[in-house]
Amino acid sequence: MAIETLPEPSIPVTTPFRPKFGFLTSTPIIAVATVSLTLVVLLAIFAPWIAPHDPVLLTPALRLKPSSAQFLLGTDGYGRDLLSRTIYGGRISLLIGVGSAVFSIGIGLAIGLVSGFFKWVDAVMMRVMDGLMAMPSILLAIAVVSLSGAGIWTVLIAITIPEVPRVARLVRAVVLSAREEPYVEAAISVGSSLPKIMWRHLMPNTIAPLIVQGTYVCASAILTEAILSFLGAGISPETPTWGNIMAEGRAYFQIKPSLIFWPGLLLSITILSINLIGDAARDALDPRMKQREGSK
Amino acid sequence: MFGYLIRRILAAIPVMGVVALFVFLLLRLTPGDPAAILAGDNATPEQLARIRTSLGLNEPLYEQFFTWIGKLLHGDLGVSLISNVPVLKMIGQRVEPSISVAVSTLILSILIAVPLGVIAAWKHGTWIDRFVMGLSVIGFSVPVFVIGYVLIQVFAIDLRWLPVQGFQSISKGFGPFLQRIILPTITLSFIYVALIARMTRASMLDVLGEDYIRTARAKGIAESGVLLRHALRNAAVPVITVIGSGFALLISGVVVTESVFNLPGIGRLTVDAVLARDYPVIQAMILLTSAIYVAVNLLIDLAYTLLDPRIRY
Repeated sequence: MAIETLPEPSIPVTTPFRPKFGFLTSTPIIAVATVSLTLVVLLAIFAPWIAPHDPVLLTPALRLKPSSAQFLLGTDGYGRDLLSRTIYGGRISLLIGVGSAVFSIGIGLAIGLVSGFFKWVDAVMMRVMDGLMAMPSILLAIAVVSLSGAGIWTVLIAITIPEVPRVARLVRAVVLSAREEPYVEAAISVGSSLPKIMWRHLMPNTIAPLIVQGTYVCASAILTEAILSFLGAGISPETPTWGNIMAEGRAYFQIKPSLIFWPGLLLSITILSINLIGDAARDALDPRMKQREGSK
Repeated sequence: MFGYLIRRILAAIPVMGVVALFVFLLLRLTPGDPAAILAGDNATPEQLARIRTSLGLNEPLYEQFFTWIGKLLHGDLGVSLISNVPVLKMIGQRVEPSISVAVSTLILSILIAVPLGVIAAWKHGTWIDRFVMGLSVIGFSVPVFVIGYVLIQVFAIDLRWLPVQGFQSISKGFGPFLQRIILPTITLSFIYVALIARMTRASMLDVLGEDYIRTARAKGIAESGVLLRHALRNAAVPVITVIGSGFALLISGVVVTESVFNLPGIGRLTVDAVLARDYPVIQAMILLTSAIYVAVNLLIDLAYTLLDPRIRY
């Protein structure tokens, strides 16, 4: 009697997440983005050693000087060195970007895991998230800052709040599909505790999409911080941030456009690099998405 | 369909409720005396008392909330703490520049982005595709105000083709009106074009792999007919969706663009209100823009049935 062998049922196997950083140099453009971002980060970290002048030292006698050997990019309306301010400006921007990504992922992950698992929490939480998403992020952020004062923490909170719903929705979607998987059912049936199921079985599924989302949140937070500072509703103007330098440059725009140009360029390069790295990470971590988007 | 419409409108109520509760609590739960926060450091006791009466801060919290909601439902958005003018009237006076820029941005972006996305998908993998995708990542990454200043520098200062800043009402002639909204429109279009082109490309790529496209080609339909009548129409739903969800981006963009180009619109009004801590205006603007966002997305859901006869509610 011939024994017919049935094809093995295809059970999705989730392998533990292991970071692979090969995608950072997958194409020449991504490699350039990685190098650029590394340079910006190094500039920010080592600003006190790299910047040629004190970024907050006022020298009214030297205001709006053009580029020279002493001041490579010239000086601003208060006689401060533009190059030093631009180098220091990256510190706050990157801090806000990374901080906002970490906080929104932390909070969004908690909300998403719980919402995805408990239907009654889901109904309430998702209405709250819908409400938060309906408010334009800039308006929400400037309202928070205007009431609580312009400290770095306030700005960080103001920028993080509108990002939370995006993360929470993503995690919830992943959890909703993962909780139907046999291994979750198995875990429930052997009596694993809820926190254990969430942490051991559901959370690992969210890591890859969250890394990708984190890069987008980081880019968007850096942009929002710059916009807040630019509108005069950000971190106090003495602190050099890219947005602040540009906001002050507005008054002298017709005489000295470089006050907006240099910080704007560095800001754009940073955000562009983070976005490109995010796209590359998505392609590397989620091949299905890559196929759908049709990228090569 | 009618039942669906009613359900959707009812579903919008809790969303707007959350928004209302949020803006209400934002002021009340900020540490410190709300009146003192709004009045600033040098406020006189009279000013503080006036703000407390104006916002009803002396009442218990729940009473404040229901009085406020009651007024909102009657179309009373409060009175500005600075100018004592009803907020709704202030918004009415400033709405023209904002709507002009938003609508022209929407039209220009769709006119540019949809063809770009279609061509990129059609020429998938070629330099045209890479160019369009590159453009779209740049559109996402360069801040609106940086684009604005570059455009001012080139077209208004160097070439002197267009005025640097300002706004002229359409009632004073179409020419001057158009001259002043061209640069703000192009500025704001960058990010929207990026968003729509990216989605059009992705959605077209999905559709171009379908069997009916192969059938259409096999029938000998011209490529333009295949792309526009057979592919684009089927690819439209995600594109329309992203136009709707991008609406929040558009509103935020309007706020920044108005500051760059000195347009006396509602975005400028909001920024001035924030700098002066004129909370009734800030509150009204968040409520109003959220309501617009919810309404636009509701309309888009309804538009699906027109675009895709298979979708029935």
